[in-house]
Amino acid sequence: METQTIKNQEKAAKVTERISGSEAIVRCLIAEDVKIIYGYPGGAIMPVYDELYKYQDKIHHVLSRHEQGATHSAQGFARISGKVGVAIATSGPGATNLITGIADAQIDSTPMVCITGQVPSHLLGSDAFQETDIVGISTPVTKWNCQVTRAADIPAALAKAFYIARSGRPGPVLVDITKDAQFEEFDFSYEKCTKVRSYVPIPKTLTGTLEAAAKIINAARKPLIVWGQGIVLSEAEEQFKAFVEKAGIPAAWTILGASALPTSHPLNVGMLGMHGNYAPNKLTNECDVLIAIGMRFDDRVTGKLDEYARQAKVIHFEIDPAEIDKNVKTDVAVLGDAKATLDAILPLINTNSHKEWHQQFKDLYEIEYEKVIKGDLYPTKEGLTMGEVIKEINIQSKGDAAIVTDVGQHQMIACRYAEFNKTKSNITSGGLGTMGFGLPAAIGAKMAAPDREVVSISGDGGYQMTIQELGTIFQQKAAVKIVVLNNDFLGMVRQWQQLFFEKRYASTEMVNPNFVAIAEGYYIKAKKVTKREELAGAVKEMMESKEAYFLEVCVEKEGNVFPMVPSGASVSEIRLA
Amino acid sequence: MNKEKQLFTISVYTENNIGLLNRISAIFQRRHINIESLNISPSEIEGVAKFTIVVHMTEEDVKKIIGQIEKQVEVIKAYYHNDEETIYQISGLFKIKSKLLFEEPQIQNIVKESNARIVTVNKDFFVLEKSGKKEEVVALYNQLSVFGIMQYTRSGRVAITKEEMKISELLETYNN
Repeated sequence: METQTIKNQEKAAKVTERISGSEAIVRCLIAEDVKIIYGYPGGAIMPVYDELYKYQDKIHHVLSRHEQGATHSAQGFARISGKVGVAIATSGPGATNLITGIADAQIDSTPMVCITGQVPSHLLGSDAFQETDIVGISTPVTKWNCQVTRAADIPAALAKAFYIARSGRPGPVLVDITKDAQFEEFDFSYEKCTKVRSYVPIPKTLTGTLEAAAKIINAARKPLIVWGQGIVLSEAEEQFKAFVEKAGIPAAWTILGASALPTSHPLNVGMLGMHGNYAPNKLTNECDVLIAIGMRFDDRVTGKLDEYARQAKVIHFEIDPAEIDKNVKTDVAVLGDAKATLDAILPLINTNSHKEWHQQFKDLYEIEYEKVIKGDLYPTKEGLTMGEVIKEINIQSKGDAAIVTDVGQHQMIACRYAEFNKTKSNITSGGLGTMGFGLPAAIGAKMAAPDREVVSISGDGGYQMTIQELGTIFQQKAAVKIVVLNNDFLGMVRQWQQLFFEKRYASTEMVNPNFVAIAEGYYIKAKKVTKREELAGAVKEMMESKEAYFLEVCVEKEGNVFPMVPSGASVSEIRLA
Repeated sequence: MNKEKQLFTISVYTENNIGLLNRISAIFQRRHINIESLNISPSEIEGVAKFTIVVHMTEEDVKKIIGQIEKQVEVIKAYYHNDEETIYQISGLFKIKSKLLFEEPQIQNIVKESNARIVTVNKDFFVLEKSGKKEEVVALYNQLSVFGIMQYTRSGRVAITKEEMKISELLETYNN
């Protein structure tokens, strides 16, 4: 008994070690298996950078060119890998520059841990140099946040941060650490967090809901599945495919759900929402059962709520109870993690094929093909279309590339036409619509998955919002393929001005720089394409490049994205022109 | 579900945590919901705080709010109840010039009839305390204000529900 006690004491003595708070931060990251972080140094975070210098064989710090870039890179990293992305910044402006990325991660449920330095605790609240209340500022856009003023509290705070960021419905967390806490020495030990008393990451599936859902699904004559990122986040792609195939139900995706089921899958009927496909939008208002899985009925997906699937019984598979009945009233809510609930419902589902119902989707696809898709992908008129660029990328990538998009017309076109064979291949800013997301997110994606082809597609507007990250690409030798679809306009806003503001093009025309020269200034191979006959060769050259490559494609100036559900209209009022 | 706006008492059981008030109030702010009254106090369970929030809204909307409150990591559980389902009180304090007690003899009757309590008296002023429904405190205010009130303040609502909350049991399940 006595020897046992001594042994335990020795064990305890071994696991604690007297180190500084800043070293503890780095050791916590290592303990959480973090290998790459994105950030920018500054006064209040310098002790941590000093430790990162010592631990550079264990953690690779990527110097972004702006803290916003760091967050988007961390997001890109998280979205392609399913792991927690990490961004780090100093106090004051460093911290506030993280906010856009944090807000983006919050609305798109991306696991991210942000660590910010803070002024020493005795200066808190005194308007000290580079002091900002980042905990207050980030509160509405984080899943959780906290401030640490004592070194001894660092391990538990970071353990909790990682646990909360990745568990349940993932999201961003921020831990603000004062400079004195970084300097202070304490007895370090690290224990991973596996539970927070007041927090239920995955709600219990209520008794009878699976059976009730299965009964409705089995009785349905015209069922429609609408799926979102929940499938990707829960890594339930296999279960989802099995469910879709057994039930024989047409399945449509939200922008963040894209790639969870291959584009070529016969039951994949396309994208939902404002610029989604004709058939799934139209038939949302004709289906008798709407099965929503891991999606949250965003207004861009539903259009006018009062006229959204009113005829249908709604089943909602969802991990976040706050989403149930938030926008669309459900008949049966199946709470839980999609992987588990889909697994559990599969044996209760009858095999079916819904042939006639499928034919309706095919018929509407034909209409969309004739009126929109053909002209987008195989244009005969002068002027390159965004769609044909995506088509060329598909040909070269064979559908295996990860497509990282920015926000606007190019994003809609890319999501509509990109072919995805693999999951976690569509990385875009869905909920927040953050221009400038694409380029830095592509850096994170490429570094997380160096074996994958990562193609960043931006417009000329969004590209210039984070164009400084070319410096990161150059310094990191990140082999990102960068495509800018240049129409010398903020195209999506211009399209709205054309359609709804009588062509008053207020501040949407861009006078653009020499993009090729800028890329070359960062020693990135670059090419500009203005003619159709040059396109295929240029895309091939880009895709075959072993290094980063910049391709500017000058597309028609006033191209529009169709189909379109006008703002405030019902999904079935989708326009083809 | 009732689409009429009515008063709801929202009870939120939480871990004691700096910043949680911000998180919770932001949920109301985003939806432009005015908080009629707010009270934060310890609860019957050690280490667990209780927010009592009174709002005027529809049941449909209050349900959504509850979902978003419960989503906060440090919130243990949130409930909503209407006035019939709760026992609730507020408290009002009135500071009045002492000489009015002699100059305006009705004041003594008002104090007696209202069941208000005299908290302190000195030669310059006296302080009255009245607990009860908001309407009762307001009625007393209306009666006294004609004579002049030096200071008046009213607390937020505190409420106990008729229904059992079962927070301790819930915490047990979380702990296991």
